[in-house]
Amino acid sequence: MTGALWELFFKGVWITVQLMVYSAALAAVVAFGIGLARTSRLWIVRFLSGVYVEFFRGTSALVLMFWLFFALPLLGWQLAGMWAGTLALGLSYGAYGSEVVRGAVQAVAPAQREAAIALSFTPWQRLRKVILPQAVPEMLPPFNNLLIELLKGTALASLLSIGELTFQAKLARLSTGQSAQVYGIILVLYFVIAFVVTRIMRLLERRAKASIGRAPEKSGWFSRRLPIGKQGPQVITAPGGKP
Amino acid sequence: MNNWSWEYVRDILPDLLQGLWITVQATLYGSLVAFALGLVWALLLRSPSRWVTWPVSIVVEFVRNTPLLVQLFFLFFVLPGWGLTFPPLATGVIGLGLHYSTYTAEVYRAGIDGVPEGQWEAATALSLPRRRTWTSVILPQAFRRVVPALGNYVIAMFKDTPMLAAITVAEMLFRANSIGATTFDYMEPITVVGVLFVVISYPTSLALRALERRLVR
Repeated sequence: MTGALWELFFKGVWITVQLMVYSAALAAVVAFGIGLARTSRLWIVRFLSGVYVEFFRGTSALVLMFWLFFALPLLGWQLAGMWAGTLALGLSYGAYGSEVVRGAVQAVAPAQREAAIALSFTPWQRLRKVILPQAVPEMLPPFNNLLIELLKGTALASLLSIGELTFQAKLARLSTGQSAQVYGIILVLYFVIAFVVTRIMRLLERRAKASIGRAPEKSGWFSRRLPIGKQGPQVITAPGGKP
Repeated sequence: MNNWSWEYVRDILPDLLQGLWITVQATLYGSLVAFALGLVWALLLRSPSRWVTWPVSIVVEFVRNTPLLVQLFFLFFVLPGWGLTFPPLATGVIGLGLHYSTYTAEVYRAGIDGVPEGQWEAATALSLPRRRTWTSVILPQAFRRVVPALGNYVIAMFKDTPMLAAITVAEMLFRANSIGATTFDYMEPITVVGVLFVVISYPTSLALRALERRLVR
């Protein structure tokens, strides 16, 4: 492995990180928007946001990415590869994230909401001062899982010839012919990024939980407790309560 | 600006449905590999020896935290160099199965841990042999928790099969893409593929939720 190849890899890591950050930002907006819409009082808002979630969870992120990149230009919108990648990842992981938001918001004790109403908070104040400060710390561990899934999803963008890590690996393989080394190295690089992301999310979780006087769950260096179903509704139970 | 053509859809549909069959095969075989291998990981991770659990957990975490697509490339380009040549579909099945086994391992773990402590104690009190403790007490109860979750991962795997197109497996997306490359019209093929995914995975996940309500009380 020569210096030039390492340069190629680090350029790839940088674009992968960019792609991850942009898609995560879009996914966060979608997750909160759709997740809160699903707790709305109006049935039509609940219904439409439900359709969004079921559609984007039901289809494959790679197919969506290909659609945005190859089919959408025929309708007159040409997207750069980076944008098609960001949009596809943000929209589909946003749909997964919205279930996390919905679950965490609904898990806030009803008495908290009633108290805020009794104090005649406006709905916005209720959300911002009472509901979210208690819901957000609960969202962080599942968001961590989703962020890792999103990081793994960025590899798909290599199929649109975006110069992220997997694409650089393809170039490196073609020029050196050493497949085992090249792919071994970039697997390790992905693992390192995932590890750093997990550490950062743990830090955020610890802070968010400390701010409302709770201790974070004990967990090892690596393992994130996975939610049992990636697809199904996130089951968040109150202690002793039914889902 | 082109218009949606149903005639074109009718022309390409048989080809895409053949791709769907390959997608379904990859999912079914992939899930069998994932179910079996996941159980192996889960049981190894329960071993009392740290010399077993440490290496296994590192392998599992490594596979789970790295992209399936890169793992597929690794298998596709590296295995032949070691003298192991498989057809692309078999490589894809190995990749999918290996990747998802790290998720099913977690499902089995959660399922077994979810059995209340009292059940183990009762089995000890009745002095059931170890084997019967597992087969008549623990596993039947773990099973109920595990089935819906495993089903969810099968759906997730189904939606990841388009990645196999990258290693030349002629599944739906691969066919849609090559149709598009010859006709210069990607709109219908890719849209049809996307809709087929929703049409299959949504009812399946509804059925699973119904099953879950029935099994997990």
